Amino acid sequence: MRIPDSLCRLVVLCLLAWLPWVAQAQDDPGQTLLESLDTTSYVEKGEAIEAIIASGDERSRRWLEALLGGKLQRHKASGQFVVVLENRGRHWPVVDALGFEEAGEMSRRELDRIGINNALRGQLQGALAVLDLHADEVDERREAARALLGDIDATLAEPLQALIDSEEDGEVRRLLEQALAIHRLGQGEMAAVEDLAGSLNSRVRAALSSASRSDDPQLAQAAGAALVDIEQKMKLNRGLETLYFGLSLGSVLVLAAIGLAITFGVMGVINMAHGELIMLGAYTTWAMQQLLPGQPGLALLLAIPAGFLVAALAGVAIERGVIQFLKGRPLETLLATFGVSLILQQLVRTVISPQNRTVVSPDWMSGSIMINEGLSLTLNRLYVLGFALVVFAGLMLVMRRTRLGLEVRAVTQNRAMARSMGIRATRVDILTFALGAGVAGLAGVALSQLTNVGPNLGQNYIIDSFMVVVFGGVGNLWGTLVAGMSLGVINQVLEPWAGAVLAKIVVLVFIILFIQKRPRGLFPQKGRAAEG
Amino acid sequence: MWLTRPLRERSTQLFLGILLAALALVTLLNLTLPAAHPLHVSTYTVTLLGKYLSYALLAVAVDLVWGYLGILSLGHGAFFALGGYAMGMYLMRQIGDRGTYGDPVLPDFMVFLNWDSLPWYWLGFDMPWFAFLMVLLAPGLLALVFGFLAFRSRVTGVYLSIITQAMTFALMLAFFRNEMGFGGNNGLTDFKELLGFDLRSDATRLGLFIATGIALALGYVVCRAIVASKLGRVSVACRDAEARTRFLGYRVERFQLFVFVVSAMLAGVAGALYVPQVGIINPSEFSPIFSIEVVLWVALGGRATLYGAVIGALLVNYAKTVFTGVMPDAWLFALGGLFVLVTVFLPKGIAGLLDLRIKRRSATSDSTPATGEATA
Repeated sequence: MRIPDSLCRLVVLCLLAWLPWVAQAQDDPGQTLLESLDTTSYVEKGEAIEAIIASGDERSRRWLEALLGGKLQRHKASGQFVVVLENRGRHWPVVDALGFEEAGEMSRRELDRIGINNALRGQLQGALAVLDLHADEVDERREAARALLGDIDATLAEPLQALIDSEEDGEVRRLLEQALAIHRLGQGEMAAVEDLAGSLNSRVRAALSSASRSDDPQLAQAAGAALVDIEQKMKLNRGLETLYFGLSLGSVLVLAAIGLAITFGVMGVINMAHGELIMLGAYTTWAMQQLLPGQPGLALLLAIPAGFLVAALAGVAIERGVIQFLKGRPLETLLATFGVSLILQQLVRTVISPQNRTVVSPDWMSGSIMINEGLSLTLNRLYVLGFALVVFAGLMLVMRRTRLGLEVRAVTQNRAMARSMGIRATRVDILTFALGAGVAGLAGVALSQLTNVGPNLGQNYIIDSFMVVVFGGVGNLWGTLVAGMSLGVINQVLEPWAGAVLAKIVVLVFIILFIQKRPRGLFPQKGRAAEG
Repeated sequence: MWLTRPLRERSTQLFLGILLAALALVTLLNLTLPAAHPLHVSTYTVTLLGKYLSYALLAVAVDLVWGYLGILSLGHGAFFALGGYAMGMYLMRQIGDRGTYGDPVLPDFMVFLNWDSLPWYWLGFDMPWFAFLMVLLAPGLLALVFGFLAFRSRVTGVYLSIITQAMTFALMLAFFRNEMGFGGNNGLTDFKELLGFDLRSDATRLGLFIATGIALALGYVVCRAIVASKLGRVSVACRDAEARTRFLGYRVERFQLFVFVVSAMLAGVAGALYVPQVGIINPSEFSPIFSIEVVLWVALGGRATLYGAVIGALLVNYAKTVFTGVMPDAWLFALGGLFVLVTVFLPKGIAGLLDLRIKRRSATSDSTPATGEATA
């Protein structure tokens, strides 16, 4: 009998095709690990699973999951280990179990399943739960340990104890001990309460609160006491969080109001277009990001000087174009600048779009810092808070330490006298207005990271900014800082029980009443400056 | 009697003559000419004119405090809206069981929010006399309390402007809340009848227009009477030199309070006449932008003239109707530009221009007060 030529060729081809795999498999320690699974003894299989876990191989999870699902199989002819992707029909698509490359389709008859029994299934499930605890990355181990809280049963308790002893990272150890303690608490162990006391994790609290309802009165009492203790800690954390949000809101208010405080305080000018200068700063940030696609961080950094410049130029235009003609008529100035604000808003609507624009936050600004399990601070707010303080400090320096600041203060106190001493008051006016407007632009850059950038952005802040300035006292930068921060905190404190809108109303009414008591604000100007 | 004294003035006679003639003319053109006639004034136009007239009354109220008292109120929209809400509450109660849900007592929005009874502050609004009293009292009381606190502690100038703005802003936020019981976002609407007259009938609409015109005439006379009285002269003195007036022995804050409250009540009446004609009142009337727009009407027409406020209100609102119809985008540009141009180039407004003409012709000095500003 003659074997057909074509069949011969096919067999050779097949053998050739396996060759590289054979070569690779020999170097791979995974091959040995999997080989040891292919045995008829379930005891040996159990040992093999242990060995896989202990190996720390990054493919362990996929192997074990496949094994658990009955999808880890071996090609009868070649001995290649494969993972079946879908076991329906006759021909199953498979991937190689070592490299996870596509290996075409194989007939179910060619494959041998590596079987497991119930005991092994339990072992596998437990093993998968703790598998990530063997990961090399500390973060992954912590994540895995956190996920284990409240999910531990008797079979896991022992291997976990062993893991705790060999673990190097303190945080992982602490989490694992907590997880074990929750388990022990479930068994009615008194000492576990002590181990869990003070933790803010929600699962720990759930475990404690179920223990506080247990039949053992002693345990229930101890758990209840621990729970009360935790509640107190939580309250403190919530308080701190409210304070943080309050300061964050306050920093936004300070940024928005401080430019206003300068122009209002120095020139006695109410600039109703201030909100729109903020809006211009925010749109500059957006434009920068359009110019530098893919680099939101760099764009944001560049937007800081750009936003300042754009808003400052707009401010100079407003000062030269409108305000200089209305010297000594503050109410008319208010109306005229309101007109300017309407024009600027409509300009943005017409030229750019009436829709909101999204400004991307760079990676280093998103996310949050976790102080403990009950308190985490969002990074973007932290940055804005820091930015507000830096801007404030910068302005203080300008006003206190530079020639411009000196001249500004002189003009504020006595315009005529300052002029006769050779200070060019008009120039000081322009520079002051540019400075105030520029700071509004900076506020816009910061705000673009917290809220939507749209034509109405400025409007939402203008009344609040006025309130801050009036509350703090005109012409007093410290007053603006204190007023902005305290209004932010008051708002956040009121919010939980009054709702956002009512909190705002209460704050407005409070300020209206406060002005009756102290018409010149928290920190009124004293002496000669007050006469103006 | 002090109220009739203005009727002897030439300017008041002229103003009332023109106003009443215009009322009569519009009524005639609406009633007698057939709809196809080119000079026919449609009921739609009549209602529109009625709306303008209620705005004009509001502008007169603002001019009274800004022009003669030197108080730039950026919150007069609040008084206007309060009067409007008082009227709206009456109209809501008049709907009776004809609402969508057919509840004989509760307005539709309350049924929708599952309220089972009227809140206490809605009681009495089914009686017209009580509702009309509240049109005067609600804004008046707010002005009394607010003004008492503000003037007593001598809050003036831009500070006062800013806190009036804060007042109307706070009220706007409050009225937006459903829990307040004023219909929240949607406000009060879907009115049926006023004092038994169907609000959709042409005759009622014409009647409302005439009533608004008469209210404007009366309001003008009242303001004129106040301005011409000794009290008005002291008010002007407060405006021009507050400290000096105080040293002369006048209790400045009392004059300010009186004029402020009267002005708020006038604004309330304007709001009450506005609501049945436009058929809705919602919290946007409280918005600070509306109040500041009213100030622009006065500034354009000419401060401290009263008739200037009327001219400004009519002109700006007519322009707004035309602009928003033809090119809505341009309206805010026009409005913003108007703010700038009027304050920079036309400090005395249109009335100032007219005045200049008259002066040039007759070369006699007029007694219009100077528009000098007491600096903050």
